[in-house]
Amino acid sequence: MKILVSVKRAIDYNVRIQIAPDGSGVVKNGVKHSMNPFDEIAVEQAIRWKEDGTATEVVAVAIGDDTVAEQLRTALAFGCDRAIHVKTDDDVQPLTAARVFQALAERESPDLFLMGKQAIDDDANQTGQMTAAKLGWPQATFASKIELGDGRATVTREVDAGLETLSVDLPAVVTVDLRLNEPRYLKLPNIMKAKKKPIEDMAFDELGVAAAAPIETVTTKAPPKRGGGVMVDTVDELVAKLKEKSLI
Amino acid sequence: MSHKILVIADHHDGQLLDATGRAVTCAGQLGADIDVLVLAHDGQAIADAAARLAGVARVHLVDNPANEHPMAATLAPQIVAFAADGGYSHVLGPNTTFGKDLMPRVAALADVPMVTDVMAVHGPYEFDRPIYAGNAITTVRAPEGQLLVASVRCASYIAAAANGHASVAPATTEAELPDHTRFVSLEHAESDRPDLQTASKVISGGRGVGSEENFRIVYDFADKIGAAVGASRAAVDAGYVPNDMQVGQTGKIISPELYMCFGISGAIQHLAGIKDAGTIVAINKDPEAPIFEIADIGLVGDLFEIIPALDAAVS
Repeated sequence: MKILVSVKRAIDYNVRIQIAPDGSGVVKNGVKHSMNPFDEIAVEQAIRWKEDGTATEVVAVAIGDDTVAEQLRTALAFGCDRAIHVKTDDDVQPLTAARVFQALAERESPDLFLMGKQAIDDDANQTGQMTAAKLGWPQATFASKIELGDGRATVTREVDAGLETLSVDLPAVVTVDLRLNEPRYLKLPNIMKAKKKPIEDMAFDELGVAAAAPIETVTTKAPPKRGGGVMVDTVDELVAKLKEKSLI
Repeated sequence: MSHKILVIADHHDGQLLDATGRAVTCAGQLGADIDVLVLAHDGQAIADAAARLAGVARVHLVDNPANEHPMAATLAPQIVAFAADGGYSHVLGPNTTFGKDLMPRVAALADVPMVTDVMAVHGPYEFDRPIYAGNAITTVRAPEGQLLVASVRCASYIAAAANGHASVAPATTEAELPDHTRFVSLEHAESDRPDLQTASKVISGGRGVGSEENFRIVYDFADKIGAAVGASRAAVDAGYVPNDMQVGQTGKIISPELYMCFGISGAIQHLAGIKDAGTIVAINKDPEAPIFEIADIGLVGDLFEIIPALDAAVS
């Protein structure tokens, strides 16, 4: 079985983001970036299948400028066999990303396309579903358990009502949630080995994909602050305050 | 130009969900011509409930056994076909897991971009939405002259009142439905407690609660004051509670009047889920816990002493 797994570079989840004073966006220069944590879970899952013999080849794919190569190297250090880097300096929104991933999937013919359920920068939660739609493939989003076999994936999904299980024919797009697995820590020998693995660079224009009409950002601002919190010292004081507000 | 808005109904177990009413409220800020599309099996009661939502002009019910379980691959082509036939300018869904799964598939089939988590409307194509777990709010402008697909951040809207009288009509679409996706099961914890997403009071526990057994004290206090129960990701990951109780960026985003949390330190991902709460009360034994930065009322102490004292005080 061949698996494609997408990787996005995003500001590290531990960073407290700063908003540019002119409202143009979030400050990215000089800020630590890493692989989107949901994508890391997707990569980990693909590699576990490689290790247990379920997957024969795992290919990491990413779209973006030169810096994205760093995250593809990380994916290779996890154990991906090779990587494809679709290069563009432009901001890539989900519909455009889906068109690119469609083109890559048509070229690579994987049995499974794994993705993080959302990226923690734009929080859009769209690219997996859009890619599935473009390919006409089934989708199973928010996966916390995936079983492969018999040309099908049985996927347990974290939904508002609880845990839903779907059976989808392969090839399919599956987007992963937090509880699917816990990604490993990378060991130095694997990081060294990853440097020798191939990353295929591809210019965006080579793919024959048109960028979608973009959603423009008008301005970016800080959320309204919640202010005026107080500390109380006793349960009685707390209860008095809640009663004052008619909350209990 | 006048706009024609289609809201996709979210429902479960034959009941219309409150999230649909919230999406209708958002739709009302876009224009006055609002229809609701119910895709269901035996969905008459759901459609009737949607017809009572104030501001809704018409409810269309596509009743089909294939729509018994909400699978995006099955629903999306029907929505795209229906929206095109009806000349709709906007298609909105709630940002529940139903809408999050479905709406991007709708947008991609229509080959248009999508706006996730609309939290404020500035115009028919200009919206505010949160990014970076709600640590920034961005105003975005979507392309005009094509279908606008969006999900509505339910916590930002109150549900439309149930005093309307829209018409209900059966509908069909020409969409071809795929057979590559099959529903297997839904594991659903039955509870008599209020629903976490709509409750006016929510009591949450975190890693500090310590175990599944210890969560009993949280449930008991919640029952005493008629609250729903939530949890932090840490508590879910540790197996204290099921996943559907997770509050935060990737769990449920809620806006109760009262949010009381015990033993939750306040990771930004958790705070993203509670920013719209009316009053946030934090109880934690660590005075440096970040939760106190956004709490309206904070109390430093041991939750195993404070909950029984609270319980006694409200008796």
